[in-house]
Amino acid sequence: MTVTSTVTSDGSELTIVIKGRFDFSAHQDFRGSYETLPVRPDHFIIDMTDTAYLDSSALGMLLLLRDYAGGDASDIVIKNASTDVRRILSISNFEQLFTIQ
Amino acid sequence: MDLAKKDERLITVLVADDTATDRIILETILRKQGHRVLSAEDGEQAVICFREHRPDIVLLDALMPRLDGFAAARQIKSLAGEELVPIIFLTSLTDTESLVKCLEAGGDDFLSKPYNPVILQAKVKSFFRMRSMQRTMLEQRDQIAQHNEHFLQEQTVAKQVFDNITSSGHVDTEHLRYYLSPLAVFNGDVMVASTTPAGNLMVLLGDFTGHGLPAAIGAMPLATTFYGMVDKGFAMSDILAEINGKLKSILPVGLFCCAAMVEMNFRKNTVRIWNGGLPAAYLYRRDGSVEQIKSTHLPLGVLTNKKFKADPALISMEQGERLYLWSDGIHEARDTEGEMFGEERLLAAFAQNTQAPVLFDELLERVKDFVGQGQRSDDLSLIELLMAPLSSAYVTPGTEQANSQSQLAEWSLSFEVKPSSFAIFDPLPLLLSVLLEVPGLRNHSGTLYTIISELYTNALEHGVLGLDSSIKDDPEGFDRYYQLRRERTKAITEGYVKIDLAHSTDMDGGSLAIVVADSGNGFDPAARPELTGNEYSGRGLKMIESLCDSLEVRGAGNVVAATYCWRNDD
Repeated sequence: MTVTSTVTSDGSELTIVIKGRFDFSAHQDFRGSYETLPVRPDHFIIDMTDTAYLDSSALGMLLLLRDYAGGDASDIVIKNASTDVRRILSISNFEQLFTIQ
Repeated sequence: MDLAKKDERLITVLVADDTATDRIILETILRKQGHRVLSAEDGEQAVICFREHRPDIVLLDALMPRLDGFAAARQIKSLAGEELVPIIFLTSLTDTESLVKCLEAGGDDFLSKPYNPVILQAKVKSFFRMRSMQRTMLEQRDQIAQHNEHFLQEQTVAKQVFDNITSSGHVDTEHLRYYLSPLAVFNGDVMVASTTPAGNLMVLLGDFTGHGLPAAIGAMPLATTFYGMVDKGFAMSDILAEINGKLKSILPVGLFCCAAMVEMNFRKNTVRIWNGGLPAAYLYRRDGSVEQIKSTHLPLGVLTNKKFKADPALISMEQGERLYLWSDGIHEARDTEGEMFGEERLLAAFAQNTQAPVLFDELLERVKDFVGQGQRSDDLSLIELLMAPLSSAYVTPGTEQANSQSQLAEWSLSFEVKPSSFAIFDPLPLLLSVLLEVPGLRNHSGTLYTIISELYTNALEHGVLGLDSSIKDDPEGFDRYYQLRRERTKAITEGYVKIDLAHSTDMDGGSLAIVVADSGNGFDPAARPELTGNEYSGRGLKMIESLCDSLEVRGAGNVVAATYCWRNDD
């Protein structure tokens, strides 16, 4: 499992890439990827191209990010999730909270 | 360079003449020109001298005592065998009859007296060049013959190995007829067929790009994967994906395999078909119409498994109906004019057929007639599949069949994780690898992983470690929760998580019972708080409920049992 992140030069958009299993062991890296930024970005992209698996604690972490990003006003896009991962997201109705592409 | 050197080496000339003066004149000229000279006084001496010294060129007087020039020429030519030993007749005879006699004896040229040194030099040089060229040619011919023999021997061995691998499971059944021309292997065509544990017939016809050994080598992993997986009862889509992945990883870019795969279910009268790059398969209906199943996928070995789609079409077939598969060998068979057989002729063959059982032979006959003497037709591959009831000898009925569906049909497993392992060991990969041995469960690995992993996490965190989810109510609590988790897993000295898996199958699929028990105090499922949607935790059990067929909390709440069912057609 690795979490890497890149932020655009104007600081407005943050992309977080999660590789491998997204579970509790990722929570420090995941939180670190946005909490250490000097300015809160407006847009967030979670790239799940190489995310093999997602557990319920990862769902909790996504909600933590959502609250940080402004709750209902947040703009978070989850993209390239595999069928398995997508299924877990949809069982919990996360489509209503995130833009899943 | 070597050739030039050879040309310049000393040329040995044998001079045979019974007239001493003539002979000495000739010898002198030749020596002056830098050649090595051997001399003989009659035909007999000439033959002996030739046998001993093997000169490059022979100059023979036609009329000599003991053995004349004609007889000597014949003997020398026969001694020389394949080697070219030019014989030039020295003669003052000019009548056509005598000259013809010289030629018939094996003479290559004439030299008339008195000798002109320039003409002599020209003849010796040019004949010697001819002799060198002929020698080179013979050497090369022998080399080519040797290489060719070696190559054929290699091909024979390769073909044997190939046949052993690809035909290991060839089924002998009325449902399958096929024709593969003998050299089709080296044109990249491969056919594999086998019966699944459930009694279905699986057939794959492949056509590798390129030809020769590289194409045949690609067929090896294809065949071993096919037989290995069909025997174990894996689904067609799994087998296709596995073969695709294997070919993608071993074949160089540009080499791939156009293929069609078919699974005939004789109990349900259905056929599954997947076509990636082969010409459309023809389904010959009982009313005489033809349905084409066109290629809708990329060939095997092109896409990574992530992008590869193994979703076969499901078609119903009445009894007596036939399905035809072919590589492009039939469509592209050419006649003497170079015209191709083509699809129209193929459709015409179907239209003109009156009795379906002989269509297979008619098709082959038509293609062979069309090709005629035109071209080799050694890359023809044709397969016919017939929908008909299974003969009783072919499938063992009842429970035996269900049991034979897989080595791992009925089994159970109990797995207990002890305190010292909690911090360092994740039982999930191990358990999942066991589950993947069950062919029917392979497609469900993602879901099974989620179910077992959530149950294990709950048992460990809430049961054994006694962590309360409510700690996770705010972002800081989230950190604290996992901090506590780390500390407690390291410190723990007693407790357990026990995972029981039990699997069983029936005709249409199977079910997996998962029971996870822990040493904790349990919980009251009725007291679970209602989710409002934005809590950071509490989704685990709800997720499992929607993934499983049943979920039950037992005992004091420290035992959770889930059942997961799967069907063959999933």
